[in-house]
Amino acid sequence: DIYLKQMLESSKDSAKLDAMKRIVGMIAKGKNASELFPAVVKNVASKNIEIKKLVYVYLMRYAEEQQDLALLSISTFQRALKDPNQLIRASALRVLSSIRVPIIVPIMMLAIKEASSDLSPYVRKNAAHAIQKLYSLDPEQKEMLIEVIEKLLKDKSTLVAGSVVMAFEEVCPDRIDLIHKNYRKLCNLLVDVEEWGQVVIIHMLTRYARTQFVSPWKDDEVVEEYSENNFYESDEEQKEKDQKVKNTYTMDPDHRLLLRNTKPLLQSRNAAVVMAVAQLYWHLAPKSEAGIVSKSLVRLLHSNREVQYIVLQNIATMSIQRKGMFEPYLKSFYVRSTDPTMIKTLKLEILTNLANEANISTLLREFQTYVRSQDKQFAAATIQAIGRCATNITEVTDTCLNGLVCLLSNRDEIVVAESVVVIKKLLQTQPAHHGEIIKHMAKLLDNITVPVARASILWLIGEYCERVPKIAPDVLRKTAKTFTNEDDLVKLQILNLGAKLYLTNSKQTKLLTQYVLNLGKYDQSYDIRDRTRFIRQLIVPNEKSGALSKYAKKIFLAQKPAPLLESPFKDRDHFQLGTLSHTLNSRATGYLELSDWPKVAPDPSVRNVDVAELAKEWTGILGKTKKEKPTEKFYSESEEDEDESSSTSASGRCLESNLHLPCLKNSIFRTGHYLKRIRKKFKKSQSYVAAPVSVPTKTHELLHRMSGKGLAAHYHFSRQPGIFGDRMVSVQLTVTNTTDQKIENIHIKEKKLPPGMRMHEFNPIECLEPAGSITVSMGIDFCDSAQMASFQLCTKDDYFNVNIQPPVGELLLPVTMSEKDFKKEFAAKTVHSGSLMLVTVELKESSTAQLIINTEKTVIGSVLLRELKPVLSQG
Amino acid sequence: MIHSLFLINCSGDIFLEKHWKSVVSQSVCDYFFEAQEKAIDVENVPPVISTPHHYLISIYRDKIFFVSVIQTEVPPLFVIEFLHRVADTFQDYFGECSETAIKDNVVIVYELLEEMLDNGFPLATESNILKELIKPPTILRSVVNSITGSSNVGDTLPTGQLSNIPWRRAGVKYTNNEAYFDVIEEIDAIIDKSGSTVFAEIQGVIDSCIKLSGMPDLSLSFMNPRLLDDVSFHPCIRFKRWESERVLSFIPPDGNFRLISYRVSSQNLVAIPVYVKHMISFKENSSSGRFDVTIGPKQNMGKTVEGVVMTVHMPKAVLNMNLTATQGSYTFDPVIKVLTWDVGKITPQKLPNLKGIVNLQSGAPKPEENPSLNIQFKIQQLAISGLKVNRLDMYGEKYKPFKGVKYITKAGKFQVRT
Repeated sequence: DIYLKQMLESSKDSAKLDAMKRIVGMIAKGKNASELFPAVVKNVASKNIEIKKLVYVYLMRYAEEQQDLALLSISTFQRALKDPNQLIRASALRVLSSIRVPIIVPIMMLAIKEASSDLSPYVRKNAAHAIQKLYSLDPEQKEMLIEVIEKLLKDKSTLVAGSVVMAFEEVCPDRIDLIHKNYRKLCNLLVDVEEWGQVVIIHMLTRYARTQFVSPWKDDEVVEEYSENNFYESDEEQKEKDQKVKNTYTMDPDHRLLLRNTKPLLQSRNAAVVMAVAQLYWHLAPKSEAGIVSKSLVRLLHSNREVQYIVLQNIATMSIQRKGMFEPYLKSFYVRSTDPTMIKTLKLEILTNLANEANISTLLREFQTYVRSQDKQFAAATIQAIGRCATNITEVTDTCLNGLVCLLSNRDEIVVAESVVVIKKLLQTQPAHHGEIIKHMAKLLDNITVPVARASILWLIGEYCERVPKIAPDVLRKTAKTFTNEDDLVKLQILNLGAKLYLTNSKQTKLLTQYVLNLGKYDQSYDIRDRTRFIRQLIVPNEKSGALSKYAKKIFLAQKPAPLLESPFKDRDHFQLGTLSHTLNSRATGYLELSDWPKVAPDPSVRNVDVAELAKEWTGILGKTKKEKPTEKFYSESEEDEDESSSTSASGRCLESNLHLPCLKNSIFRTGHYLKRIRKKFKKSQSYVAAPVSVPTKTHELLHRMSGKGLAAHYHFSRQPGIFGDRMVSVQLTVTNTTDQKIENIHIKEKKLPPGMRMHEFNPIECLEPAGSITVSMGIDFCDSAQMASFQLCTKDDYFNVNIQPPVGELLLPVTMSEKDFKKEFAAKTVHSGSLMLVTVELKESSTAQLIINTEKTVIGSVLLRELKPVLSQG
Repeated sequence: MIHSLFLINCSGDIFLEKHWKSVVSQSVCDYFFEAQEKAIDVENVPPVISTPHHYLISIYRDKIFFVSVIQTEVPPLFVIEFLHRVADTFQDYFGECSETAIKDNVVIVYELLEEMLDNGFPLATESNILKELIKPPTILRSVVNSITGSSNVGDTLPTGQLSNIPWRRAGVKYTNNEAYFDVIEEIDAIIDKSGSTVFAEIQGVIDSCIKLSGMPDLSLSFMNPRLLDDVSFHPCIRFKRWESERVLSFIPPDGNFRLISYRVSSQNLVAIPVYVKHMISFKENSSSGRFDVTIGPKQNMGKTVEGVVMTVHMPKAVLNMNLTATQGSYTFDPVIKVLTWDVGKITPQKLPNLKGIVNLQSGAPKPEENPSLNIQFKIQQLAISGLKVNRLDMYGEKYKPFKGVKYITKAGKFQVRT
């Protein structure tokens, strides 16, 4: 230790690092290294990043024990919280919040608040983690922390979503109201959140949905989502339907949104995500739709044994209620001799749940293999399973019973014993024909030693002693001899047998029974002595015997209800599937109850979000100008931006082309983080768009007079911003009449626009005099694509197909910037979404220039590149 | 979520512990040891154990138990998946996930665990991100580090962490750009006594090794994508493209990763490439039995079946086996009663056979059941389902990558009942 201290105090980083590594090695082994605290804490401000990290590891481990000394390090972290490097800010927050020292609670609170508005989503993610740490250190901070949670829930970064929902679940899971406004956003972001966050969010949304939507399950009926009256239905059917209509169910679109957006996650590589979606469908989807999860769950069975274990448990619970879901996969649950026993028994459980009239014969054949298994525990479980099949499916009861009787001659005692126990239960349910089987079992008594089995046989003989009047007394005689050496369980049943025989056949058995009762009277076990006294009082009449002995026969030989052979998974479904509580079948600490569906749905409008308000908040924090879609979102591909995302392949992109004048050498794609940096730089300048400086006079022909039967049309881009809304490109259309007749009612019809594109048409021109010409304005939102807008230009009597294709330059708006910046690069933003487009021209030696375009819009970017190249090469 | 982690070896030594919240005493593992004792063999230790104050969720990988301590409700699969991810990361970093490797690299292990969880919640689990934060050990680097005092720890946030493609690191450069795909299919089957198939299905994966510079955008298409009945994806794959066009379109992680796993639709009949003729019998009231097994190829589409190994768990009463193999070699472990026959390649002209006498303990009853035969085999250059990669296209980068696809079929859980 002294040696380590010297090393830590040495001036060389390498010695310090070496010492720290040894200390971490000690911590890892669980050895105490707390004495070195003062020497270690001095190095918290080390320049060497690895030393620093290892000191952090040490601090988090021992700060709780050495609170005073730990305070020495706090100022270092406070300084680091302001560091320009986001990794350093984030790790400072991580360590600071992991030091469990109550005095620094206010400092932590302040740090969390600041970090929650940090520009870096990574820092904000760490802030969300810190919330839980502070909460467990000081629960009194709850209210303030909820404020931070509320703020972070609004965060649109996929990085933050999972962590803040985790914090929500731990700090204030009952504050469902905080979720309303974020519900749709969370549903839409879900696909892009990292896998661990997905699990947490899905579980939370399952709970949320159960409080907000009405049940889609209607008395096990298939639910029609959109009920339409069938035209061809007979009146009677119609009447029936009308009755149904009273409680017609329409699914809330938000409920549907959740189901739709979680479905693709069934394809996740992460078993926890797949299970989370499966339980969501189980608890939320109409019963007819829940079936889609089975295939994915069965796929998980190919995974390691731990995953198999949990998944099989959940399937076991599901398969009790809805057999149909897993019936097609019956054979996937067949047992291999190499499966661990716990997996085998779970598979067996499921097979038993899935048994029905149609598949029982196949299953029984399969079970025969299992019964012979070397794994005797499993063989015994199989016998129980056969018993359950026998009671559930009456067609095979006899077959099963015969099969089990055959097993009674098995060489293995465990198998025989289990069979006896199961046969006993089966006979109780089938009290018609047992004479032969009971006789057979009575014979077994000589050889079988397993107490449960012996007890079962004795009970059977006692219960049905009137059906085997010759054998029963003999059995009592034999067991009376061995009484003293029997297990307690067996002794009790011998006493029972004696009592029952005494009541039915006292002539033959009176003495025997009294002998047995005498043995019982002096037994070592309290239980046996107690039972003996009880029986004697009840059956042997004497002066003191009360009114009860009259009824002794009714008491002992009453009709007893047959035991129900049930699955051990029968009642597990009160726990949410996929949870720890479900696995343990007992409520775990912190388990959050899944509420019942509300009778009437709470107000769905609480989930409506004011778009403008949201956008304002977000431009405030991130300086993003894209208002509708968060830039982080790419794989989400929600319907609205489907088109866009299939054409681009990463949200930030950079097209780069090495331009060797006049010919192009190559062009390379590059990541778009450059763009993010730039976006920040431009956040101020972007807010106002410069007025156009030059307006091109070039007109394009829309309709030639020859093909327009005398009607001609030209258009040009007027570059007037925002006449029809700021996403529209203004187009001025000049229509000329070259005929010698009036043309009436010129208007636009039959627009064939690609998805997302919109058009603001001009007001119809009522009348155009011969040789007259008129100019109208229209607006087209090209949705930042260079695709054509096709439509029909119509007159009163005729129509002409025309289309407008924008030059890529018309899709861009200029952005002002300082002269200094302009010398390096010039910028524009797209009209529709306001994505930045940055053009840089770099001159190199030997008359080479490099032209770089940075943009998220790959298509426009590459078109622009193509168009700019020849222009620049000529210049 | 995850409070602490203990790594325990087969002899019950706790050789590493890590706590993400306050320290939990090692004594909590006693409950685990108790369960382990009850469970006869390691495979049967329950993955979830409840103790008075904690819950223990564990996995068993490469002869190490990863035991995590949990205090409150959590989806158990979440923890199990995470623990496997930890083991995968060790494997990735040190080439093996063994006690020695972990002990030798204890500092890196600790740094990794620190980055992978924050307050018990996963923070960075993507191998590409971790490798930027903490560089994997190499001999050269450790020499350089010890001389120059430079470190294994990165000081800037990996770009992937912030982007929506967290699985790829930025600035990847290779002189040789290569993309390899291994289509590996496993046949799971249960064959009954008479040789007919009780159950068979094909599970496949495509493992990729991508060494491409920059930000390549790949799309991989198949000749017969409809074969794939159920697929699970690496997060890099664009789900919508698959749904609409049945094309795998993705920006790949750098290095080795599993692109997809799939199951071939169960309607398709599975071609079983080998057959087994067996005669195993134990005589009543005699302390010996006969054993005679022949393995032959079947429907192998002109490819050679190789790497054939048969393992049999013999009944407990078996004392010893006296066999002759016409090909390969066999061993019988009398302690665990496992017979292993390493056959090698099957040549149809001369079928491999293993034949001889089984000696039973004297006086022991005749075994009830004949043992099942577990068969392993490999067939190179064949995907048994018939799946074929059509083409691989690359967008976004200008260079011409070298592309390669390899097919291989293996036995999965392939069992013959006798």
